[in-house]
Amino acid sequence: MRELSLNILDIAQNSISAGASLIEIELVEDRTAGDLLIGIYDNGKGMSEEQTASITDPFFTTRTTRKVGMGIPLFKMAAEQTGGSFEIYSKLGEGTRVTTHFNTGSIDFTPLGDIRSTVITLITMNTDRDFRFTYRIDGKEFALDTRELKEILGDVPLDTPDVVEWMNEYFKEQTELLLQ
Amino acid sequence: MKSLAELNAIREKAKSTMTVRDDNTELKRIVVGMATCGIAAGARPVLNEFVNEVARRKLDGVSVSQTGCIGMCQYEPIVEVFIPGEEKVTYVKMTADKVAKVVNDHIVNGNVVEEYTIGAIAK
Repeated sequence: MRELSLNILDIAQNSISAGASLIEIELVEDRTAGDLLIGIYDNGKGMSEEQTASITDPFFTTRTTRKVGMGIPLFKMAAEQTGGSFEIYSKLGEGTRVTTHFNTGSIDFTPLGDIRSTVITLITMNTDRDFRFTYRIDGKEFALDTRELKEILGDVPLDTPDVVEWMNEYFKEQTELLLQ
Repeated sequence: MKSLAELNAIREKAKSTMTVRDDNTELKRIVVGMATCGIAAGARPVLNEFVNEVARRKLDGVSVSQTGCIGMCQYEPIVEVFIPGEEKVTYVKMTADKVAKVVNDHIVNGNVVEEYTIGAIAK
């Protein structure tokens, strides 16, 4: 993957398939320490211990069409090649939590890329689910929560063009503020 | 600066222009493969461009959605177009640049863009 935000999109798709009604994506960057935490947490159907243990094996997949599943192994590799870490915790009936750390100073650190596009694609393609995106850089925070947006919008769907445009602009402005 | 308060105005505006779609009208469907293979090959910008192009042209009765692995990973990003009463068309190795032509020629005017289809590209 050319961008970590593509890995995030890919992992979040697993949460969608697991029937999650709420998917939380968390980015926490400590620029002084050169550490980036990426967390993807869902309340989907979860996995058994056995499944969780084999999830990082590319030749393990629950899919029946093919015998390989590359999403999790690729994400794990992206973290570990920077000297970072990858952890997955899952419980049947409760959900799954994926937590990764990246050393941003590593030459093998994949750039985060277009995270806005990832988050907005997820939101607009899955208006029946809720997403909470939190981005924290050196203590400053920006959060976008679809539950909050839905409360204001009532029955106007999140994939209405005007709403999508608003989300894009809002996201752009808020992340620029964080990066200042 | 954008604020959450602006969503109220969007809501009011949307309410006044919202049209009730007849559930019996069959949608033209654009489906983008978004499994690991598709995403790695560049499906995200393709999907976004379809959404934007459909919104820009204010096309009614067209849906853009995503699906899992279509099964031909080497040809990703793959886009399938379903038009009621017609055979499915599979576009392969799509890019955001090719989207406008597919929407204009195929979705709006009904002419399949042969050069982007799997028949033209897969040898």
